[in-house]
Amino acid sequence: MIEISEVSKIFTGRGAPFTALDTVSVTIRENEFFTLLGPSGCGKTTLLRVIAGFIDPTSGTVVLDGQDLVRLPPYKRPVNTVFQSYALFPHMTVAQNIAFGLEMLDKPRAEVGKTVDEMLALVRMTEMADRKTSEISGGQQQRVALARALAPRPKVLLLDEPLSALDFKLRKDMQLELKRLQSETGITFVFVTHDQEEALTMSDRIAVMNAGRIRQIGGPRDIYDHPAERFVADFIGDTNFLDVELLSIAGEQATVRLPSGAEAQVRAPGEDVAPGPVTLAVRPEHASLSGGAGAVLPGTLANVVYFGTDTHYHVELEGGGRFVLRQQNQPDQAQTRAVGDAVEVTLAPGVGQVLRD
Amino acid sequence: MSDAATTRATRSRWLLLAPALAVLVFAASGPLLIVLIYSFLTPGDYGGVVWSLSPDAWFSVVMEQDFFTEEIGFADAHLSIFWRSIKLSLMTALLTFVFGFPTAYFIATRPREKRDIWMLLIIIPFWTNLLIRTFAIMELIRAEGTVNSALLALGIIDEPIQMLFTEFAILLGMAYVYLPLMVLPIYASLERFDFTLVEAGYDLYASRWRVLRKVIFPLAKPGVIAGSILVFVPSLGAYVTPRVLGGGKQLMLGNLIELQFGAGRNWPLGAALSLTLLAIVMVALILYVRAAGNEEVRHG
Amino acid sequence: MAKGFDIRRQTGFATVAMACFVILYLPIVLLVIYSFNAGTSVAIWEGFSWRWYQTAWQNEQVQAATVRSLVIATWATLIATCCAVPAALATTRQGTFRGYTFVFAMINQPLMVPEIVTAVALLIFFAMIKVATGYTGLFYLIIAHSAFCIPFAYMPIRARLQGMDLSLEQAAMDLYGTPWRVFRRVTLPQLWPGILAGAMLAFVISLDDVVITEFVKSAGQDTLPTYMLGQLRRVVTPEVNAISTALLAISVVLVIAFFFLSRKKK
Repeated sequence: MIEISEVSKIFTGRGAPFTALDTVSVTIRENEFFTLLGPSGCGKTTLLRVIAGFIDPTSGTVVLDGQDLVRLPPYKRPVNTVFQSYALFPHMTVAQNIAFGLEMLDKPRAEVGKTVDEMLALVRMTEMADRKTSEISGGQQQRVALARALAPRPKVLLLDEPLSALDFKLRKDMQLELKRLQSETGITFVFVTHDQEEALTMSDRIAVMNAGRIRQIGGPRDIYDHPAERFVADFIGDTNFLDVELLSIAGEQATVRLPSGAEAQVRAPGEDVAPGPVTLAVRPEHASLSGGAGAVLPGTLANVVYFGTDTHYHVELEGGGRFVLRQQNQPDQAQTRAVGDAVEVTLAPGVGQVLRD
Repeated sequence: MSDAATTRATRSRWLLLAPALAVLVFAASGPLLIVLIYSFLTPGDYGGVVWSLSPDAWFSVVMEQDFFTEEIGFADAHLSIFWRSIKLSLMTALLTFVFGFPTAYFIATRPREKRDIWMLLIIIPFWTNLLIRTFAIMELIRAEGTVNSALLALGIIDEPIQMLFTEFAILLGMAYVYLPLMVLPIYASLERFDFTLVEAGYDLYASRWRVLRKVIFPLAKPGVIAGSILVFVPSLGAYVTPRVLGGGKQLMLGNLIELQFGAGRNWPLGAALSLTLLAIVMVALILYVRAAGNEEVRHG
Repeated sequence: MAKGFDIRRQTGFATVAMACFVILYLPIVLLVIYSFNAGTSVAIWEGFSWRWYQTAWQNEQVQAATVRSLVIATWATLIATCCAVPAALATTRQGTFRGYTFVFAMINQPLMVPEIVTAVALLIFFAMIKVATGYTGLFYLIIAHSAFCIPFAYMPIRARLQGMDLSLEQAAMDLYGTPWRVFRRVTLPQLWPGILAGAMLAFVISLDDVVITEFVKSAGQDTLPTYMLGQLRRVVTPEVNAISTALLAISVVLVIAFFFLSRKKK
């Protein structure tokens, strides 16, 4: 539906040129909740603004339903944006804000009124229609900004970190609300965030970006369980990195030799990784301390940290390196292990991901 | 940015700037070039110019030829006016600093919500007519003015002190009219001043005077420099204040220039003097930009 | 509570500050007081009277100068503001550009070049045009005033634009507003206080100008300030005080209005 191919953006100004987007290509599908995730300065907002038309790409094309958007000014693109600051017009009421886009499209009055009412109902703001935008709360402003951007029925809705200004509780509610709006309207959402949890809970697919490039695209589970690169594994969740030797590879299955000498069955990002020294990423909660089938890493317990929902075990591995495990807590669970105990970290078959870099 | 978009943006930008630039070129910057040309022409008998090139005007800015002996020497009359202009302008800057710094400091240390009102009291005179303010000073210091009348009535003096038409009068008038120009930038630099720095100074055994000299003043310096320039530049080119309070006896540069276009009937000399004034002002501004730049570098 | 050690206090500063305020206002207050003097002196009080206001009001020269001052100030304000709004838009909305320093220097030139120099330049330039065209009307004064009013109109408009959230205009454009409609529906409604403030400053500046007017005016084109300057050479009666007080009142009202207008935006 949106085909972004080979888009680059180089900012020139005083000082050295800065490459904000480096030959980015991605296809966003119809009706999808698509998230651009990455640290600040990774190029995610630049990409969103290229789609919206606020930034002209240095090269590349953005095609929406067969139409090249790059030549079009923002007001001729069938996409709407929810701004990080909401950008509600302070001199207009809630209803006037929502009506703005429809008026600019010269829709008949009756239709404008009807759509505004629908939108107010959709975001549950009907009673606030005649308020000034300065007289409503942050969460309400957020909903008005959404309604305003949805009112002209855009083909794509662009959301630029829309939840970052809200407090924790409100943010949780709005995450569900956004998901609901997306399924009710059937509009494609392109969502920008630096919050990995937000991305994991809401998205159909996530593109992880860093330094102007897309590092990995996939579903939330895919991205979390099977990060393809060190950056992705590190940016999303906590990860143990082990230096291992790749012995063989068959499809998504790989055999590696752990530092302890044991051989483990793990996942590979594809067959293009050559045998030899590679990095293995293991999520703390995927490994086990209580035995079972799998490869073993012996070590000494260096620290035990209680976190409420779970407990973290820091293990000093034999032959160097540290490994952190996480185990879910049970009520009134007795702590059976003490610092200094000899322990065995077990990786069940399929646990662990070989990284490309 | 794509080429077409860049071209479009550039064109619309210059279109938007066109009316302002047209007016300014026609009635501000453009005529300055004509002044440059005029400064190299020969004066006409009844004002205006004769279109024949001559460096005489520039020559006579600082030199003159004795009418009888034809000896060439410095134009003492002009030089003394240059000297008076620079001297009075520097003194004006100093005087406004002495009064302006404590005032700006006083306002900056008022409660936040009251500072604006105090500043309004500084701003109002600044935006009121310069001629009227000069006139107000004139009424105060003239022979039969308020000050002399009061002193006579109190029996302190027997006859009025001649204050009007002296250098003192010009200095007083210029300091009076330009005082707000000193207070405004100093206040701007003191307003955001972090007073925990003063606390730190006292904590480290500094006296009030030392805190002022070693902590407050260095951080207010950019404002002081800006204020000095803002006062010095218009003082140097002042015309109204020396005309009203100097009464044609104590000329400053502005009056000397005007004289060439009036009774002096030497337009080329007037043009050359104007450009000399402009050059001094530009040097002062460049020095200021340098100094301000250095301050910025030093404070990161 | 006992007074502790006030870290902000500096000995004598408050006294000097108070002296400053007294010095700033005393001459003006005296000038205003003597405009109501019944006698002919500007230093000896002989009782309250409106007589000098009546004298000034009936003085045909004063009447003509007043009308001329207002006509020039109105036109100059209109022209300067109409030039300053697009100029402010061009210099704030799209970041810096090639020639930015030049444009900025051009706009602020009337603030940097001594007035007497500009006045002389205009005297020479306009004398040439007057000779060439034979036209000696008010146009010269209006265009000269417009030029030096531009930076004063420009500054508050630019400040207002810089304080305005750029994303509002982007949001309007995103919602299908063409550039002109975005300006009319979103930029302009929020820009009004800035425009009004700029226009008021321009008006005050034009109304108060002496030097440039003195050099540019043709015979019989006195404005109030140049008329007063001429009068100061003669024996001064409180009539000048009365005219001054009226002019002061206009400036003070406009400046206070400007002050509250520009403060509200914060």
